[in-house]
Amino acid sequence: MQQLTMGQAVNQALREEMLRDPNVFIAGEGVGVSIHAAPVLPTFGLLEEFGPDRVKDTPVSEAAIAGLAVGASVMGLRPVVEIMFNPFVTLASDMIVNHAAKLRYLSGGKSTFPMVVRIKSGAGFKAGCQHSHNLEAWLAHCPGIRVVMPSTPADAKGLLKSAIRDDNPVVFIEDMLLYFVPGPVPEEEYLVPIGKADVKRQGSDVTIVTWSKMLGAAMKGAALLEQKGVSAEVIDLRTLAPLDKDAILDSVRKTGRLVVLHEATRTGGFAGEICALVAEEALGSLKAPFRRVTGPDIPVPFSPPLEAFYIPDEHDLVKAVESIV
Amino acid sequence: MPPTKEKLLEMLRSMLLTRRFEEKLTELCQIEGKVPGMMILCTGQEAVAAGVCAALEPQDVIVPNHRSHGHLLARGADPNALMAECFGKRTGFNKGKSGTLHVAVPEVNALCTTTVVGGGIPIAAGVAFAQKYRKQKNVTVCFFGDGAADEGSFHEALNLAALWDLPVLFVCENNLYAGAQRYEEHTKIRDMADRAVAYGIPGIVVDGNDARVVYAAAERARARAVAGEGPSLIECKTYRCRGHGESDHQLYQPPEEIASWKERCPLPRLRDEVLAQELLDEKALKSMEDEISRIVEDAVRFAEESPWPDPEDALSDVYV
Ligand SMILES: Cc1ncc(C[n+]2csc(CCOP(=O)(O)OP(=O)(O)O)c2C)c(N)n1
Repeated sequence: MQQLTMGQAVNQALREEMLRDPNVFIAGEGVGVSIHAAPVLPTFGLLEEFGPDRVKDTPVSEAAIAGLAVGASVMGLRPVVEIMFNPFVTLASDMIVNHAAKLRYLSGGKSTFPMVVRIKSGAGFKAGCQHSHNLEAWLAHCPGIRVVMPSTPADAKGLLKSAIRDDNPVVFIEDMLLYFVPGPVPEEEYLVPIGKADVKRQGSDVTIVTWSKMLGAAMKGAALLEQKGVSAEVIDLRTLAPLDKDAILDSVRKTGRLVVLHEATRTGGFAGEICALVAEEALGSLKAPFRRVTGPDIPVPFSPPLEAFYIPDEHDLVKAVESIV
Repeated sequence: MPPTKEKLLEMLRSMLLTRRFEEKLTELCQIEGKVPGMMILCTGQEAVAAGVCAALEPQDVIVPNHRSHGHLLARGADPNALMAECFGKRTGFNKGKSGTLHVAVPEVNALCTTTVVGGGIPIAAGVAFAQKYRKQKNVTVCFFGDGAADEGSFHEALNLAALWDLPVLFVCENNLYAGAQRYEEHTKIRDMADRAVAYGIPGIVVDGNDARVVYAAAERARARAVAGEGPSLIECKTYRCRGHGESDHQLYQPPEEIASWKERCPLPRLRDEVLAQELLDEKALKSMEDEISRIVEDAVRFAEESPWPDPEDALSDVYV
């Protein structure tokens, strides 16, 4: 199997879908000519291959970028637009939240918006809170859009291909540190379905639910727990909306314990939604209270020791699990 | 009015300081892990910050963008605390919360630096509103790039500020690039200043590599603003000599272009003027340069010797 980083996997997905469907085009700030001309990055080489009609470098204009996707997609094109850093989705959010998410409903089902908004995200690259802010819970709170957050190169490729073929608006959030982490990716054509979680590790004592970059901490934590005689099951949600409720509930019913791990801040974070789901539907199977391991309720600070303090890790996870087993 | 002798010297000093400060950062960025994160420099653009800030009064406010070292140093910000902030140290202006990209220095009325492109422009209108509301005879300067003038925030803020005659100087540093996009690849009109027409305010184009003409334009715009006649848009034509961050290898900038703009470097121009006017002789100039080198060396030492913040300090300052 080929080894690709997530950046390369995203690149392959874009390339294959552009080859397959002439309605697919990409747009965003520096998706063509970029200051970061490195082969591990998601849109590398696509301008050269597909030309400026299908790889559109835009002005610094997030509202226009998202609006472009809304308008072009209602005409039947399949835009894949890019928001350079997660916090800047706020500038595009009118188009995403008030338009992409609502216009199908408003049309009584007559209009469709097959668009993808790729968002580069995650803390850990030392640029401070105006560049690092995990906003997935905001977006998942809006009915009408799908929210996808892959954790591995193979998932990223298969999920992005599904997202591009999906007739709904999809927000596809990529953690930038994962762009550099290699993993196996099948050579042949495949799709990963949107809305299906993946059990990345089987276990019997506790269910750890996570997504995106935090999968790494979850797997490391599970390995540490194993040495301590605790068997952890790790569920990677992959998609927040629609949420794979069954995968979570089935696992919690088996293990009787739940810890949710995410990088975003705690209050109003998506972990709360998962805990609420389990409390509503599987309270009886819980042998202990659930726990949330998240970023603290602060903006992401710049200074390395402060940023490291912000990002949850396997030790935080292990502590939380040990408090309930 | 052309700048006085004192102003010429003040501008030369601030430009030399900024250049030296950033040359040092360029050097330090070569050392793995020394200066964390993105390091976006204004090398080549120093005349804009120096010229505009020399035309300001102490109570005037500036709102810089991600390329702020020149703006802050021209305003008199302490180089030690600025360097320490770039390093992420506890002694930095913002205790390491900011880093280089969003340094706030209220001590010198540099109230809010933002790295959200275009974000500072409506904020500047708000600051100017407060000045006008309090009947202060002061102005607000917003520095932003050509790329920022494509954001909706630019258009909304200029319209509002124009409508309400707010005392703002919108200073567009047209350095020919927004990220990797050349000016012509993101804007159809030749001069960004033309956009002023749409909002009924003056739009002025100046050579942004000549601190004297930048100063003169800012001084006029300031006088107009404090007289209650409203904002101006000043477009300074200049050039970004370093990349967008020190890990950007500038592959998309033609080498001849970089070389030709280096020849138009704003520093020798002002230095020659100062020498021609005999404000300083070669010897005095040399000692000014030496003094500035010492200031920068001290700032680096200060930053290096300063402690890191404690990890738990991350929790402070979210609320009052
Ligand atoms: C809203 C927003 N979108 C995108 C970015 C990423 N970004 C940072 S600087 C930059 C280019 C800005 O160009 P310009 O305004 O001309 O300023 P310059 O860097 O040339 O001084 C971009 C796209 C950002 N910081 N904020």
